[in-house]
Order: sequence, then structure tokens, then C-alpha cells
Amino acid sequence: MKRYIDFYLTSMKIAILEQIQYRAQNYFYLVGVVVEPTIYLVVWSTIANQQGGSVGGYTAGGLAAYYIVWTLVRQMNVVFTPYGWENRIQHGRLSMELMRPMHPIHTDVSYFAGWKMVMIVFWFPLAAILTLIFKPTLNPTWLQIIVFFIAIWGAYLVRTMIFAVLGLITLWTTRVSAIFELSFALEMVLSGRFVPMTLMPAWVQHIAYYLPFQWTFYFPINALVGQPTPNQLFTGLGMQLFWILIGLGLVNLIWHFGIRRFSSVGN
Amino acid sequence: MPNPAITVNLLSKHYKVPVREAGLKAATKSLFRRKYNSVKAVDNISFTIQPGEVVGFLGPNGAGKTTTLKMLSGLLFPTSGIPDVLGFQPSRRQADFLRQITLVMGNRSQMSWDLPALDSFELQRAIYGVPSPDFLRTRDEFIELLDVKELVKKPVRNLSLGERMKMEIIVALLHRPKVLFLDEPTIGLDVTMQRRIRQFVEEYNRRYGATVLLTSHYMADVEALCKRVIVIHNGKLLFDGDLSTLVDRFSAFKTIGVTLANGFGSFSQYGEVLNQEAGHVTLRIPREKTPEVTARILAEQQVDDLTVEDPPIEDVIEKVFAQKSAEV
Repeated sequence: MKRYIDFYLTSMKIAILEQIQYRAQNYFYLVGVVVEPTIYLVVWSTIANQQGGSVGGYTAGGLAAYYIVWTLVRQMNVVFTPYGWENRIQHGRLSMELMRPMHPIHTDVSYFAGWKMVMIVFWFPLAAILTLIFKPTLNPTWLQIIVFFIAIWGAYLVRTMIFAVLGLITLWTTRVSAIFELSFALEMVLSGRFVPMTLMPAWVQHIAYYLPFQWTFYFPINALVGQPTPNQLFTGLGMQLFWILIGLGLVNLIWHFGIRRFSSVGN
Repeated sequence: MPNPAITVNLLSKHYKVPVREAGLKAATKSLFRRKYNSVKAVDNISFTIQPGEVVGFLGPNGAGKTTTLKMLSGLLFPTSGIPDVLGFQPSRRQADFLRQITLVMGNRSQMSWDLPALDSFELQRAIYGVPSPDFLRTRDEFIELLDVKELVKKPVRNLSLGERMKMEIIVALLHRPKVLFLDEPTIGLDVTMQRRIRQFVEEYNRRYGATVLLTSHYMADVEALCKRVIVIHNGKLLFDGDLSTLVDRFSAFKTIGVTLANGFGSFSQYGEVLNQEAGHVTLRIPREKTPEVTARILAEQQVDDLTVEDPPIEDVIEKVFAQKSAEV
């Protein structure tokens, strides 16, 4: 365990050092990320104002809070993608990683955890500007704040598992882009990334509850900006843990069979 | 006698490769009915390597060298045969096994491109769980051996190919592996850099008694490091033994170089004249006739100097492949 802690801390440090090298690129990337929720925010705020000040239980200030917190959750949700798996297999990097006495997923989780440290620092000024412009309404309790900080890391791990499962399919197909795009489309609708889940039809919300996607976006955002009960907060954390464990099981299972088929192409 | 470091018994790796003719018609047809060829990349090879041995693994491109190294390092599952490396079954990829081996591929990098090599060394320490005092001692020892004290502080992207290769070697050996699989470690490097890397591998083997299995197209690497060579071609093992035995067996000729005291003379009666210029003659003589011809030249000519040499190892290896291909 001590060895893994040492590895995670060192790998995070390396990620921070690398990202500092590319501060300008990271800032432009972050500005690009802010554009997406800003569009959603403007659209839904307009609709809310036209419908007498609120839509789906969200006031204009509530929507502003939702999408500003969204920008932080989005950063936390940046993980090693199936494209990354495709690339590492096609270009032979997986071969070098397989020579290490630990699963490559540790490298991914630790590296992107370190990457987030840099992005969160960059995020603060942008969040401040968005706050000044859109004037969010945000009154969380201490419990909500604590659960939010746990939930954003839970969301990170759930999304890591989803994408690792998809990425590992590359061990059979060498290309996984099409499957990734399908998953991405589902995520847009069923995660709360596009709109808060409460604005979705009831049947969509029902389906989403039993899928992993909403626990990566909607749950952590709503934990801070909504009015969830303590029971809902703890259930949400439980659902995240459930999907992390399911993901771990699937990753191990697919890895076990997939690695036997690995043909170490491209090198 | 200690247990062998590496035991390979009837090891094979066969690939199923989809094939089709060129063109749209063939592509459409392949959607419904795919044809496959079975490629025997490695075909029932067997050998053992003792701890501390440095063995050259030779063969032309596509011979099966890298596939064998990948099976021995646990990257590929064999189709048949279970190799044994340090008492482990490589394909199980146990952490204890991976901590004791390394695979260096001349065209693959383990370094972070944007950071100084020192940072990548530190990450490697954490990956292998090397205690800090051991890590620092080994790191500094390797830095000194390869004379890269200043280079390790530069971002890797700013290093030349040869300088990067030195870093790759250091990072791959920081955990002091007992078995080194070196796949073309000097590929693309100039002769000075090749020599440096060779000396380092030699020194590592001497200091730590590591077992080394080396593939290289540069025969200078093999001659400098390997007493024993294994030759593989089309997945089959052609030769396993001392480099000198290989030369004896596959080289029917020796080269005699004669420097003449008076600057000229006739030599065609001794053998094939390969070159004659400025008082120096090079002859190719059948191996068994070398002592007799040498004695005759010394008796009949005014000789300043005379050398008898085996042909270049490249020529011998080429001959092995040509002869064995003809047999197959």
C-alpha cells in the first residue's frame, strides 16, 4: 500500500510538472471548456426568464450555479479516454507499460489526478469571471460541501472505469472510436452534462438512475447546488462506489482475457 | 551448476493474419468471407541461458527475434511451450517477475518528453518501489558510467538520439534487473555512441552478474559483448553456440593480408586475390589450406608483414542465412 501511495504522489507530481510546461495551452483549453456550459446556461436562463423565472425547479441563479459548478466537475471528469487506449496500443506504448510491475490503470488515474491540480488552479479565475457575469445562487450546507468534494473524486473514478472498459476493447479491435462516440452521446443525454436531469422526461430520469453516467455529472453538481436530502447525498455516494466496483470488476475481467489476445502491434 | 536464468522449450508463436487481394471487389468480398494466413513467427525453438551469460540473438528482419523477446518478457502469450525466466512463467506477468527483468527496445521510449530525465528516473523509482538510498546510489553510478551529469537536467526533447538512448538505458536499469532483454539498443546511433552503450552493458553485466539476451543488426555489438550466439531464421533456430564456432562452421575461407618488402609479386597461385595495391595483397584462402599457404608465402615471397583473419562476422551471418534458407 505504501508503495502505491508513493507511486501515486510521484506520478501526480510528474503530471503537475508536465502541465506547468504547457500552461498557455491548458489555459486556452480551459477557456474552450467554459464555452460549452456558457451556451447551455444562456439558453436555459432565457427559457427560465420566459417561463416566469424558473424552469424544472431551477431559477436563473440556480442554473448559473449549476453550470459554473459544471465547469469544475467537467475538469474532474477528464480521464484517460478510449482514444488514449487506442493510441497507446497502436503506437506500442502499452508494451512498455506492461513491463511495469503494476496495472497501467494506476498510471492513468494518478497522472490525471495530478493534471487536475493544475487545472483547478487555472479554473478559479474563470469561475470568478463567470460568477460576476451570471450571479449564481448557491447556499450549500456543510454536509453538501463535504459530499461534493468526495463526489467529484468519485465521479472521476466512475468515469475512469467507464472509459477504461471501453478502451480495453481495443485489445480486440485495435480501433474503438465508434463505440466511444456512442457512449459519449449517451453520456450527453443521461449524465446531466447537457441539462440538469430534472429537466429531462421522467422515463429518461428513471433509466439514467440505473446507469453510471448521472453519477459522474449530475450527482456531484446537484450535491452542491441543489437541495438534496442527506439520504439522497449518501445514496449518491453509495451509487458511485457501486459503479466504481462494477467498473473495477469489468476492467479486471476484460483485462484478463484481452491481454492474452494482445499482439503488441506497432513495435 | 545453478538453475538456468532462461529456459525455452519448444516455444512457438503463431499469428492468424487476415489476407485479401487489392481492390474494392476483394475488400467487399472480405466483409463476408475473410481469409486468414497462419504465420509461424516462432516455431518450436529451445535453448537455455545460464545466469550472467550475455547471448547474442541474431536473425534477419522478421526472423522472430523480437517476438521471442516479447514472449520471454511476458508481453505475448506463446501459442505453445512455456518459457521459464528466473523461475517465473513470463505470461503470468507477476509483479515479482517484472521487477527482476527489463526490456529495452531501441525504438521505444519510457521517458517523459517534456521533463528532464531526472524526473523520469524518479518516477521509475516509485514504479519499482526502489528504496531511495539504493535508487540514488544506482542513479549516480549510472550517470557517472555514461557521463551524462549535465544531460540529465535537460528536457528529454532537447537531447540527441544517442543522448536519449543513454537515458533510456539508465531508466530501464534503475531497478537493477537480473535479466536484460535488449532489442536493438544501439539502432540509429553513431559508432561512438554505440561503443558507449556497449561498454555500459558490459560493465552492468560484470558488476551485477546480469543475464543479457541481445538482438542487434550491428555485429560490433555482438562481437564485443557476446561469446555465445543464437541464430534464428523464419522462426526456427539455426545455430546455438560460441561465436567462434559459428565462424568456423560457416566460414569456409580465411583472409590473408600480405605487406610486401619489395612492393610487388605474383600471388594468384596461392588463392583468390581480392585486392592488390601499393605493396599490399589480400587473398581469400580455403580455411583448411591456410597453414600451408601461409608457410609457402613466407618461404617464397619477401614479406614485411602477414595477417590471417576470419571474414567479417556480417559475411558469416549472411552465409548462415543463405545456406539455411537454401536447405529449407
